[in-house]
Amino acid sequence: MTTYLAILILGTAISGTLANSRLGDQGIVFKSFLIEGVEWFGEWGIFCTRAFRSALAPPYELRELIRQCDVIGAKSLPLVALAGAAIGVVLSLQTHDALIRFGAKSLLPPVIVFTIIKESGPVITGMVVAGRVGAGIGAELGSMKVTEQIDAMEASAVDPYRFLVATRVLACVLMLPLLTLAADFSGLVMGWLANTLADPISFQLFFVSGFKNLLFSDFIPPTLKTAAFGLIIGLVACFQGMRTKGGTEGVGRSATSSVVLSSLFVIVADVVLVRLIQMVWR
Amino acid sequence: MGEEPNTPPIVIDNLHKKFGDQTVLNGVSLQVQRGETVAVLGRSGTGKSVFLKLIIGLQPSDSGSVTIEGQQITGLDVKHLNEVRKKIGFLFQQAALYDSLTVEENVAFPLSRHTNMSDADRNTRVRELLGSVGMDQDLNKMPSEISGGMQKRVGLARALALDPNILLFDEPTAGLDPITAAEIGKLILELKQKREMTAIVVTHDIRGAKVFSDRMVLIHEGNILAEGPLADLQKSKHPVVIQFLKDSS
Repeated sequence: MTTYLAILILGTAISGTLANSRLGDQGIVFKSFLIEGVEWFGEWGIFCTRAFRSALAPPYELRELIRQCDVIGAKSLPLVALAGAAIGVVLSLQTHDALIRFGAKSLLPPVIVFTIIKESGPVITGMVVAGRVGAGIGAELGSMKVTEQIDAMEASAVDPYRFLVATRVLACVLMLPLLTLAADFSGLVMGWLANTLADPISFQLFFVSGFKNLLFSDFIPPTLKTAAFGLIIGLVACFQGMRTKGGTEGVGRSATSSVVLSSLFVIVADVVLVRLIQMVWR
Repeated sequence: MGEEPNTPPIVIDNLHKKFGDQTVLNGVSLQVQRGETVAVLGRSGTGKSVFLKLIIGLQPSDSGSVTIEGQQITGLDVKHLNEVRKKIGFLFQQAALYDSLTVEENVAFPLSRHTNMSDADRNTRVRELLGSVGMDQDLNKMPSEISGGMQKRVGLARALALDPNILLFDEPTAGLDPITAAEIGKLILELKQKREMTAIVVTHDIRGAKVFSDRMVLIHEGNILAEGPLADLQKSKHPVVIQFLKDSS
């Protein structure tokens, strides 16, 4: 009995020590993660300030801005339209059955229109652009950084924040709302098509019914909030690209972290902006 | 700040630079006279490239000062620093051509940003510059489509675009075959003779440096270990200098 008690006490003591040590390690990891996070935000803040200053002061890089609008906007259009179309089809298929079950089949057009315009269209556009453009900017600027092209630009007395960062961020801000319109449009058309294949309804009736109670306040703020998504994607991707270290491996890391962080921040911003829009437009 | 007539165009005074615990430069001082070409030698990792980047303000120094054409650049804001940078041409180790632009666009890049030249004048100037380095046949090629030696030539043309008074070369002959390396060395010598440029050349290539430089500086453990023409360095009794010259020849 005493032996069992001794083993029990010893076992408890050892497990307690191990648990404390694990907790200690976790504490150190958490602390270092926290410090890195604070450092990241601090550096990002300095980067954003410098980027805004460079963007506002002349001379303006209009030609590069137009080129970036093409790269970020026009070249993302097919992917965004496809993603919007897929969301429209899925939404139509999923809500069709559910609304029939509740005897509210006539609500299908407004449900699709409201869902796509108010939330799905903007968010899917933000996520697709965060993936495509975020990775592209992170990798491009990262590659320029490790091959000294950004140093060469500075040595040529050209401000890389003006030429590379401001143009890309501004192009993201300008293109996101336009891409959202494309995603909304393709989502609504494909939503109608998917619906009409299962339960025929004319295109005109679908749209008249869907848009009947839609106000400008339902359409403008969610579409314009994607400009904020563009700002986040541009600033995060450019920052990750410009701080690349460590050759090709570093370029890969920058591309990945650009996508991960910009997607994450877009989701967080969406939560905040939806609440803000509700508070302001009510 | 006015420039004295006899002020050396490059004055480096007691320059210090550390990365973490590693001391890269530990009080380097150097003056380069107008029209003089100085070759900076040293083992890999001794901070020669960092030294060049400090001169043009691409990296901040921990202490000490760099004065270019009478203007101290240490602590200067970006706007004023860029005015000084326009007087300096920089050839990077891997040429650092913008890979999304053609050869022609690379050379035109500084001109389109800092001059009011018409398109026609700019095109003429770009062709002149590329012609001077023997690259006027490859205007529309992308940097990835030309060899390392050709990239260096285009990089040199780009560095010369704004007609700088000072040139900084970071390993201009590194990674090139002996013939191309000799050609690049010849180009540097031509620049020195025709334009009377003030230049600092970071290199391992003592044979090349002997041709184009007036003076050599050997950096070791963050300090200038030996300085002077090659003949003076060859007389040095310092074991590191002897070893370096022996291994490099």
